[in-house]
Amino acid sequence: MNDVTIDAESRTSQVTAAMKGFAHEIGALSAFRLESCIHCGMCADACHYYIATEDPQYTPIWKVEPFKQAYKREASAFAPVFRWFGFKPAVTAEQLAQWQHLLFDSCNLCGRCSLICPIGIDVAALIEQARHAMFDAGLAPEELYRKAEHQQRTGQPEASLEPYREQLRGIGEQFGIPLPIDANEVEVMLCVPRTDIEHYPAAVAALGLVMQHLGVSHTFRSDALVAENYGYYAGGKEWQRAISLRLIEQAIACHAKVLLIPECGHAYTALRWEAADLYGKELPFKVMAVTEYLALALAEGRLRLGKADIGSVSFQDPCQLDRKGGVTEAPRTLMKAMGLDLREMENNRSFSFCCGGGGGVVDIERAAPLRYRTMEIKLREIDATDGGTFLTGCSDCRHSFDDAKRHFDWDKTPQSLLELVAKSLAPPRAAL
Amino acid sequence: MSMDWLSFARGPALKVAIGVFFVGVVWRILGFALLRIRREHSRPRSGLLRYVSIGLFATATRSWPHPQFVKRTGAGEALGYSYHMGLFAVILLFGPHVAFLCGLLGIHPWPVLPSSVITGIAVVTATLFAGVLYRRLTSRVMRLLSNFDDYFTWFITMLVMCTGLATSAHLGARYETLLAIHILSVDALLIWFPFGKLMHAFYIMPSRALNGAILARKGAPT
Repeated sequence: MNDVTIDAESRTSQVTAAMKGFAHEIGALSAFRLESCIHCGMCADACHYYIATEDPQYTPIWKVEPFKQAYKREASAFAPVFRWFGFKPAVTAEQLAQWQHLLFDSCNLCGRCSLICPIGIDVAALIEQARHAMFDAGLAPEELYRKAEHQQRTGQPEASLEPYREQLRGIGEQFGIPLPIDANEVEVMLCVPRTDIEHYPAAVAALGLVMQHLGVSHTFRSDALVAENYGYYAGGKEWQRAISLRLIEQAIACHAKVLLIPECGHAYTALRWEAADLYGKELPFKVMAVTEYLALALAEGRLRLGKADIGSVSFQDPCQLDRKGGVTEAPRTLMKAMGLDLREMENNRSFSFCCGGGGGVVDIERAAPLRYRTMEIKLREIDATDGGTFLTGCSDCRHSFDDAKRHFDWDKTPQSLLELVAKSLAPPRAAL
Repeated sequence: MSMDWLSFARGPALKVAIGVFFVGVVWRILGFALLRIRREHSRPRSGLLRYVSIGLFATATRSWPHPQFVKRTGAGEALGYSYHMGLFAVILLFGPHVAFLCGLLGIHPWPVLPSSVITGIAVVTATLFAGVLYRRLTSRVMRLLSNFDDYFTWFITMLVMCTGLATSAHLGARYETLLAIHILSVDALLIWFPFGKLMHAFYIMPSRALNGAILARKGAPT
């Protein structure tokens, strides 16, 4: 919880204010989505939490039930009737506290439920909005709240022994790759998943290497190094805005034409689709995922790839990039160019199951047992492909699968598609 | 006395029901449509024409689950569409209904199906509709989601079907009495319509189109 020391009376008034705020700021689109549900329950059949447990509380639309209740009571067409006759009682602090598990611990914001709804409701969008109200009610999980607060204040989700800027320099030196920081007048501004800085430095080096290969001017900015947005995870809209603005302002400051999102699904959603709304106008630069940027460079002949001699592979489609972002074919284009024998999973592309770690779930300690249970679906699908190497295009997915490897003693090691691209770069033409 | 009830049912009661229906439907739609509409500032992946047309296409494609979901939801969807089709056939292709609707709207009647066929369709539809309730009661997910609206809407729709069948079969009372009861049940359904889930009749296609277009704007699947 945001503040565990708060007394019951203050919590109640905080919840009341948050739910009224939710209802009155809901907007026409979300209200329409809440109005349209016919309680068919089919969204459960898309959700890996329900499929793994068969527990009906994990039905995606049920996760927004108190918010539907608040909307109907406070802002719907017949709100006075619902209030006067007590048909929709006010949402209580206790009720909302129970929903913390449903909205944070057991939802990856993966959006698979939005693909199955026969009415076409984007349930994941509703859940994201419900997270905002949970945050306002003081009910964001402690881990996400603390990281979001730290990130909006300092730029890093957590304090580190050595600032990320110095760690980035160290990675450049370790791999012998130039990783420019705070350059101006560049074509591309880069940022990096904190997961990569902390766990996968080779992926950071790979990003620098492919940029060097492309010969495009680029830079990291020390005031906006981190790609992830913990404000997005925690539901803190103002903090999400502050974290996004940090990147936007730095991209403007260095006159970048492209803000390149590394292998990080949620960073893509936060910056590609949501940042402009928080900024209040269209961004003065393009936001591109690294895979789509590289696929474009490949099509233009700027990226030259040799064959990666690693045999067959399977690939995890990151939900935020593919299902919610439309970056579906770019990674496949790159894999094809490297001559990989891609063995698709049973549910692939936009129907892929989440890695289980998305939406900040991997950061919530108490959610781990349930997360492992849902991950079994995914691991079975990966094993069934018989792909020799398991690739993904999202650092959080990779971290989540690495965790599964330890927990299940799984025999696969998730690898970065970007790192493979960097290893497969063809020699520059001049050297040929 | 029964004639009085019949006159009441298709006279003032029907007028009140239609009035509540229209005012209620417009009020409920305005209730959310007049809320704030957020402007999207992100750059779309495709042009307006493309994502609007994909959105419109989604009104059709969402009528059946994607192949990846058919095994889990195909039967439920088939059941849902079956009784809806049965309802539409009974409402729009039964002679007395067509005569009633055309009289009400002042339009020319259209071809209808023989009464015996309609009776058969109505019996099958009512049976399927009973299956819908069975499914709602036996599915743990649907039972959790269900509220008064779900059960009352089912009840009032079934009431209209059963009174209609009884009327056409002259079952249990004089025809005029049965017809009065049937029309009164329709009046009740019209009055309930704007307050409950029957509103999905107005929502389903715009919802599919709107959400389809929003997803297509991102280049995401619909």
